[in-house]
Amino acid sequence: MSTYDASFRIWRGDAEGGELRDFTVEVHDGEVVLDIVHRLQATQASDLAVRWNCKAGKCGSCSAEVNGRPRLMCMTRMSTFERSETITVTPLRAFPVVRDLVTDVSFNYQKAREVPAFVPPEGVAPGAYRMQQIDVERSQEFRKCIECFLCQDTCHVVRDHEENKGAFAGPRFLMRVAELDMHPLDAAAEAGLDRSRTAQEEHGLGYCNITKCCTEVCPEGIRITDNALIPLKERAVDRKYDPLVWLGNKIRRRSDDR
Amino acid sequence: MAQVERQQWDVVVVGAGGAGLRAAIEARERGARTAVICKSLFGKAHTVMAEGGIAASMGNVNEGDNWQVHFRDTMRGGKFLNQWRMAELHAKEAPDRVWELETWGALFDRTPDGRISQRNFGGHEYPRLAHVGDRTGLELIRTLQQKIVQLQQEDFKEYGDYEARLKVFQECTVTRVLKTESHGGSAAEQRVSGTFCYERESGRFFVLEAPAVVLATGGIGKSFKTTSNSWEYTGDGHALALLAGAPLLNMEFVQFHPTGMVWPPSVKGILVTESVRGDGGVLRNSEGKRFMFDYVPDVFKEKYAESEAEGDRWYEDPDHNRRPPELLPRDEVARAINSEVKAGRGSPHGGVFLDVSTRMPAERIKRRLPSMYHQFKELADVDITAEPMEVGPTCHYVMGGIAVDSESAATVGVPGLFAAGEVAGGMHGSNRLGGNSLSDLLVFGRRAGLHAAEHAAATGERPAVSQAEVDAAATEALAPFHAVEGAENPYTLHQELQTIMNDLVGIIRREGEMAEALEKLAALRVRASRAGVEGHRQFNPGWHLALDLRNMLLVSECVARAALERTESRGGHTREDCPSMERSWRPVNLLCRPVDPPPADPAADRIALVRTRTDPIRPDLLALFEKEELVKYLAEEELFE
Amino acid sequence: MATGTERPQQRPGGVHDASRAAIAARHLRTDRWWLAPAGTAAGLLAFIVYSTWRAFANADYYAAPYVSPFYSPCLAENCVPMKGGPNWEIFGSWWGLSPALLILIFPLGFRLTCYYYRKAYYRGFWASPPACAVAEPHARYTGETRFPLILQNAHRYFFYAAIPVAGILTYDTVLTFRDEHYAWGHMGLGTVLFLVNITLIWAYTLSCHSCRHIMGGRLKHFSRHPVRYRLWGWVGRLNTRHMQLAWASLISVALCDFYVYLLASGAFTDPRIF
Repeated sequence: MSTYDASFRIWRGDAEGGELRDFTVEVHDGEVVLDIVHRLQATQASDLAVRWNCKAGKCGSCSAEVNGRPRLMCMTRMSTFERSETITVTPLRAFPVVRDLVTDVSFNYQKAREVPAFVPPEGVAPGAYRMQQIDVERSQEFRKCIECFLCQDTCHVVRDHEENKGAFAGPRFLMRVAELDMHPLDAAAEAGLDRSRTAQEEHGLGYCNITKCCTEVCPEGIRITDNALIPLKERAVDRKYDPLVWLGNKIRRRSDDR
Repeated sequence: MAQVERQQWDVVVVGAGGAGLRAAIEARERGARTAVICKSLFGKAHTVMAEGGIAASMGNVNEGDNWQVHFRDTMRGGKFLNQWRMAELHAKEAPDRVWELETWGALFDRTPDGRISQRNFGGHEYPRLAHVGDRTGLELIRTLQQKIVQLQQEDFKEYGDYEARLKVFQECTVTRVLKTESHGGSAAEQRVSGTFCYERESGRFFVLEAPAVVLATGGIGKSFKTTSNSWEYTGDGHALALLAGAPLLNMEFVQFHPTGMVWPPSVKGILVTESVRGDGGVLRNSEGKRFMFDYVPDVFKEKYAESEAEGDRWYEDPDHNRRPPELLPRDEVARAINSEVKAGRGSPHGGVFLDVSTRMPAERIKRRLPSMYHQFKELADVDITAEPMEVGPTCHYVMGGIAVDSESAATVGVPGLFAAGEVAGGMHGSNRLGGNSLSDLLVFGRRAGLHAAEHAAATGERPAVSQAEVDAAATEALAPFHAVEGAENPYTLHQELQTIMNDLVGIIRREGEMAEALEKLAALRVRASRAGVEGHRQFNPGWHLALDLRNMLLVSECVARAALERTESRGGHTREDCPSMERSWRPVNLLCRPVDPPPADPAADRIALVRTRTDPIRPDLLALFEKEELVKYLAEEELFE
Repeated sequence: MATGTERPQQRPGGVHDASRAAIAARHLRTDRWWLAPAGTAAGLLAFIVYSTWRAFANADYYAAPYVSPFYSPCLAENCVPMKGGPNWEIFGSWWGLSPALLILIFPLGFRLTCYYYRKAYYRGFWASPPACAVAEPHARYTGETRFPLILQNAHRYFFYAAIPVAGILTYDTVLTFRDEHYAWGHMGLGTVLFLVNITLIWAYTLSCHSCRHIMGGRLKHFSRHPVRYRLWGWVGRLNTRHMQLAWASLISVALCDFYVYLLASGAFTDPRIF
């Protein structure tokens, strides 16, 4: 097993201000960035604040920016860096900082509340739900989301424009709208809720300019842009901008087997 | 006198994993104003790590399945030490709990006729685990989380406030369950009055006043070196219950999952799901031999395949073949791997080989086990479709826990205190079957929430929180900042504790070592009383760890003491010096009670062990088993009853 | 918290917002993140320059039996007559400019509103954002919520229009199986180029996100529409290569035009295969 000393620059501070601090720290074979942060805690900076949990890329807690790229620290292997390289770790830069590597991610929880929940179909008892595998697969892809909020962090709509946070739900929660809209048994339409339309009108889908950074950073490999956001845009077009579809729907009324 | 904010709630749920969230949903739906408090962010609980599935005898894949069969499997898996009434309720109610999830938006994998698909798992006679690929725990947490949001949306419509009746306090820790002042009477008359908490972000203290508290804090894995558990698993709920006066049950039973990653060192312990074996993965030693065939214990001889050919046929035709021994209950497989490694037939990094690459086409592996593929690729640079994984046992689950009433999840002797999920003991006996955890969370989470809400509603006057208790809790929590010279580093203490537990009270136990562990734990307690931290209260992980150490030390003492007492091997408790299962131990439960009043000297024992006997198993449940089988388990005197 | 410890200066929004971690750099990326947007911009710019020149040139676009895809169909009276070729004089003699301008609007609109090209030029030309986690230079951003960018929602109509155009280019490709004397049953190097081009054009057109949506994406229950589910699956597989197809077809169409230019201007003679 080989060991070497790596140079790290870690942002330390809080809402009042802070700076990148240099550390030299031992690295062992097979380690990830989170291991190094833990070693720093145990040996050099016991009060270094960091969020983490499962350490296996399943909970989405240890989101940070490593060399300027939004990453899960537990899934960033040290072997991907040159030994001579200085590795910079900062908190997520789209959210208010709390302390050191910890940010206030409440924006996301607020947005989660603004998406109306699954509407169960009326008259279908628990246990009587029947869905085909091919019908649930699209939504299942989106439900792989571990809510690390890296997509929310990297999306320039809010990262670079604080003022858009009110109007824009972010990729994670637009994807949630898509997930529900594609859920084979979601009865929102029957309850008078047009999810595709609200995506555009209430959740800020129009702000997305499909530059795909959300897809690039997704640690779960969910194809957010191609499979959720663009289909959602197309569905919004169906509702709002396509006279043919509008006319068709008018004539056929809402056909039940869509 | 500590000035802390106080809030009034009806029910406080400690922990936001599967059990905690399910309890909160139930309590809120029963009309109780409910607060959930959790150490991590909402939705990050350790439940997300559960991969395999939720065991429920829906019979979607094999119609032969029903609650009786599930009950039987659970009892067999637990070596008949289970609180049989819990096992019965669990088996009966699990299907409803799963179906209910669908009405909240969960999307399980489907059978061709559109029902919830079910998969095979160790110890389960039929395909029984409702699943979503290998990320079932995530689906469970997300569904419950979204159900909570839905309830909050309802409240927003009604009251204009999302948190009017259901609030999640995320990144907060409870350090004490508070009780009413005793009016000269015995401790038994003291009722729960709330919780003392701190906000991790700011270090600010606050008190949630409530007549009912549900503990759903999960397990104790962080007391062991090699573990699949996250930092949160520091036995908080176990310790909170003990400190409030409620006993723990059968703490010697700790499950070592047979297949954790062994390399690289930084991920050592991280779980490799049992579905790998359920879907056809096999265990081999360094000689390439499928060694599990040599380790089928007598009680299971008729239920498992005798040859590789038969085992292989079972995947396709389970009705006419017996299952391969790779699917034995977890304790058996873990011990077998341990023995192979000890005998020098292990893999390069001290595990054995788990291979799917030669058993399934790559495409199928990626589809059936996507997160395993991902996990090995990303963390170990191993392509599981092309080469075998290296795996070894890892501390995974504690079967022991807070002693609770089977029906209501109420703890013993502390009115208003409830417990559900991993923190509660009894349901799984001496060994838990895979998949029974998620269903346990749902079944008993719901029951705890239900009875906590009822308890709160039945409480007339709100039990008062005593200022003295609040002050004492605040002083205790601030102690690490006032450590004198020669303060101990909490990280060092934690590492030493993990080494002690791993090496001396680990998967294979010996009398001398456990006695040594108890001595070392006493010495560690003395040092921990001097634990000190730098910096201030704002998001200070060193301080948080120093506070968690109290809990881990308390729980570790319970495990070591109970393990020393039980002179037999059963399920998650293996004694090298007492290698066989003793029928006479079957009806014996070991209760860990707190020494009352708590001794001032940190070196003194905190735990007193009490032996109790279980209620006899109801005859109609016993009738589900063959006589010949019962003879192997039940004590002599039980057979005559 | 203590008052009086004011930040050195009120910083503008974005990553320098007062609430965010105080890091002066606009980004901390150490890789060559600028390479991709720069490459994209250079590639698109080259095409724009070339195609503008060729579209306005109004010359050298027909060398029997090949017609440049920029000029097909040719809709004005001032078009070169092409035997059996795509001459439709819908626009009369009043049109004095290059006939390419009449038809290029459609493929141009299709590509301009294409979900891939949008990403490419928003990043490459407009730096919005230049690359992931690299702060963009704009003070305000409204995305595609208002005019003119809200018109991007019309992509689907351009997709509808792109189908007949691709059909006509297919027809042109069939015509390339003639020789310069319009005799059938021959092939030249140009034929091969045209074949490659039309394949890529179709692949690009059909891999369009709007197409994927129309084929089946808009359904809620695939299981009730097995045929459309299959189509959706096929288009989906093509769609994963939409970017590659966008570039490949862009290059091939320019190449075909350039080949015709070389033949028409006499700089090169079409090698005949048979």
